[in-house]
Amino acid sequence: MRVTVERAALVRALSHVHRVVERRTTIPILSNVLLRSDAGGLRLKATDLDLEVIETAPAEVAQPGATTVPAHTLHDIVRKLPDGAQVSLETTGDAGQMQLRSGRSRFTLQTLPETDFPDIAAGEMSHRFAIAADSLRQLIGRTQFAISQEETRYYLNGIFAHTIESEGATVLRMVATDGHRLARVEAPAPAGSGGMPGVIIPRKAVNEIQKLIEGRDGDVSIELSPTKIRVTVGETVLTSKLIDGTFPDYQRVIPAGNDKRLIVDRAEFTAAVDRVSTISSERGRAVKLSIGDGKITLSVTNPDSGSATEEVEADYDSAPLDIGFNARYLLDITAELDGDTTLFRLAEPGSPTIIQDRENAPALYVLMPMRV
Amino acid sequence: MARFLCRDCLRDAESDAARRCPVCGGPRLLSHPERDLLTIAHVDCDAFYATIEKRDDPALRNRPVIVGGGKRGVVSTACYIARTYGVRSAMPMFKALDACPDAVVIKPDMEKYVAVGREVRRMMQELTPLVQPLSIDEAFLDLSGTQDLHRAPPAFVLADFARRVEKEIGITLSVGLSHNKFLAKIASDLDKPRGFSIVGRAETLDFLADKPLSILPGVGRAAAARYERAGLRRIADLRERDAASLLRDLGNDGLRLRALANGIDERRVTPDREAKTISAETTFNEDIADMATLVPLLMRLSEKVAARLRKQDLAGRSVTLKLKTAQFELRTRTRGGLAPTQLSMRIFEVARDLLGREIDGVKFRLIGVGAGDLAPGSDADKGDLVDVGVAREVARETAIDRLREKFGSDAIQRGAVFDSRRR
Repeated sequence: MRVTVERAALVRALSHVHRVVERRTTIPILSNVLLRSDAGGLRLKATDLDLEVIETAPAEVAQPGATTVPAHTLHDIVRKLPDGAQVSLETTGDAGQMQLRSGRSRFTLQTLPETDFPDIAAGEMSHRFAIAADSLRQLIGRTQFAISQEETRYYLNGIFAHTIESEGATVLRMVATDGHRLARVEAPAPAGSGGMPGVIIPRKAVNEIQKLIEGRDGDVSIELSPTKIRVTVGETVLTSKLIDGTFPDYQRVIPAGNDKRLIVDRAEFTAAVDRVSTISSERGRAVKLSIGDGKITLSVTNPDSGSATEEVEADYDSAPLDIGFNARYLLDITAELDGDTTLFRLAEPGSPTIIQDRENAPALYVLMPMRV
Repeated sequence: MARFLCRDCLRDAESDAARRCPVCGGPRLLSHPERDLLTIAHVDCDAFYATIEKRDDPALRNRPVIVGGGKRGVVSTACYIARTYGVRSAMPMFKALDACPDAVVIKPDMEKYVAVGREVRRMMQELTPLVQPLSIDEAFLDLSGTQDLHRAPPAFVLADFARRVEKEIGITLSVGLSHNKFLAKIASDLDKPRGFSIVGRAETLDFLADKPLSILPGVGRAAAARYERAGLRRIADLRERDAASLLRDLGNDGLRLRALANGIDERRVTPDREAKTISAETTFNEDIADMATLVPLLMRLSEKVAARLRKQDLAGRSVTLKLKTAQFELRTRTRGGLAPTQLSMRIFEVARDLLGREIDGVKFRLIGVGAGDLAPGSDADKGDLVDVGVAREVARETAIDRLREKFGSDAIQRGAVFDSRRR
């Protein structure tokens, strides 16, 4: 293999693939990135066996071929080269090494044979559709924070995506929950997505997809099978295994009878929660909402450091109610809402509360209360 | 003239160089210039398990008795007769029997020993609220300020206590009395069994000077060997070194040991040593490598841990799996960040998951499970948005607890555990 690439193109491609490579792995070849050059340019591929990312960089190919080299080392080298540099990569036949040359710099990297590089056999994809990058950004960005970190309930370690009939239209829904809060965001179902299997996209893939679509316009292509997802963004192709498990019946979790409606100014409420929670301890950051006629009194008491209260105007005309929430969780949710006002639908101090921009908004959050 | 306290009749007599009590003729006289000034005691039962067995079967009284066993057992406790043959705690049973072939070997009856241990502890707590148990059969007592209550100085109170334990419970113990914990603990060991030793302030430095470092708390065999390489063998050697050189050679340990070497130990007697973890473990008769055999054992241990959590009104936020391989390599795996639980199934599920990652053909000799990062029991098993079955599980396990309390621990079994027993 002999190929010349522009530094900027190589950095961009490597920055996408090297994140997939685990820093500590027991299988040596998983530390490497696969480089393959052909008429289409230079292709780079990295995998952790659950997730693989393939990138393409424009290149002048003098001699097609393939090899694998340590991904983080290559990324670090190329990053440190000067702007506008041309990078030439060349395998030296016998010793299993690759030479990298740029300007007056010269590196020799140990390679591993490309034939050993694992492949996530993606198999046949049953569903294919295109979705606007902005729409995907909303779906993922507004649910991601609720993904569970708890390993025992592994089926909560991702975003559940499926299509469903809602109010006479088909919508694409993404749902995540860690048991304390649940996020459900929907968008009109893109053509071709109807009837797709309900899938759980693992957290690491979600993070990578989010980075790939950052600042992107246009469409993103999604392909699905019952066990894999493939997302193509421009020249980048991400393929991930899905979580093999059953996502809980989230519909049952969303309370239907919450008839106490509370409307607050989102910015004002968020700032007030943030202020009073300053006094709460790390563990159990409970903020108490005393909801009465026309106002909420937010209060936090921390036996170690003191107490704080703040009043916020509110639109509320049901019976007065005291309810506590984890301040961090409350702020996570209000950060993902985007209306001027926020609607709470409550039942009683011990039951889950629904939080939305407004009735029937595309994003819906359920939050468990805390004892206060 | 010195004062003598007779430990048999508790009479306080004045005489010069008496050998026997002038009143009852007993030989166990206690005399020390600081006798009535010292308040920190360490009480240690003598050959606890063996003594209890001898109490319950007088035919054993004059025979060597070893408590311990099982197929691969070690000696838990050897009575004082067996000890004269060289039998020691933690010695493999076959070695012990080589040394003392006539010994009567008794399998430990932990329930009985725990019950006796509780009786002794209750009697300690009548003396002072400041009782800090170290194990089932030993404790520190701080008797400061109890003189007016008992109308007697601590030495009398302790001698009376030792006599009452012998009479009412039927076992013997040894007392060490001093001005701090570590000296009290050393003292209790000086004159076992049925001992009573006093180490006063005035004699502390001389008393310690020639003792090996290994009598200090926290200095085991490995540490002692390391210190010896640093030129430290006797306690006096520690005193001769300046703080900087000790800090350099031994780190922070050096400073702690130097304070101890000078007889300084500021640790208080703290009665409520809160549990950090609650755990249960079992050693197998034969090494086990396969998941199917380990899982029922793990479930039974999880049930034990859960029952203890409920009894102590605590809940675990982390679960630790402990495995020891046939080669004695210890593996512990912990998963934290869990919702507080006292349910056996919750603990079991996490432990089973951790176990699944360790099964690699290696044979294990021991498995244990523990709950850590403890929270109050009132926070346990509240369920969450997804976890809807929790209330039923709580009801089920509470019912099992009640059945077991009424009809014994075997009255009701989980199917998986029951099957494994039948096999």
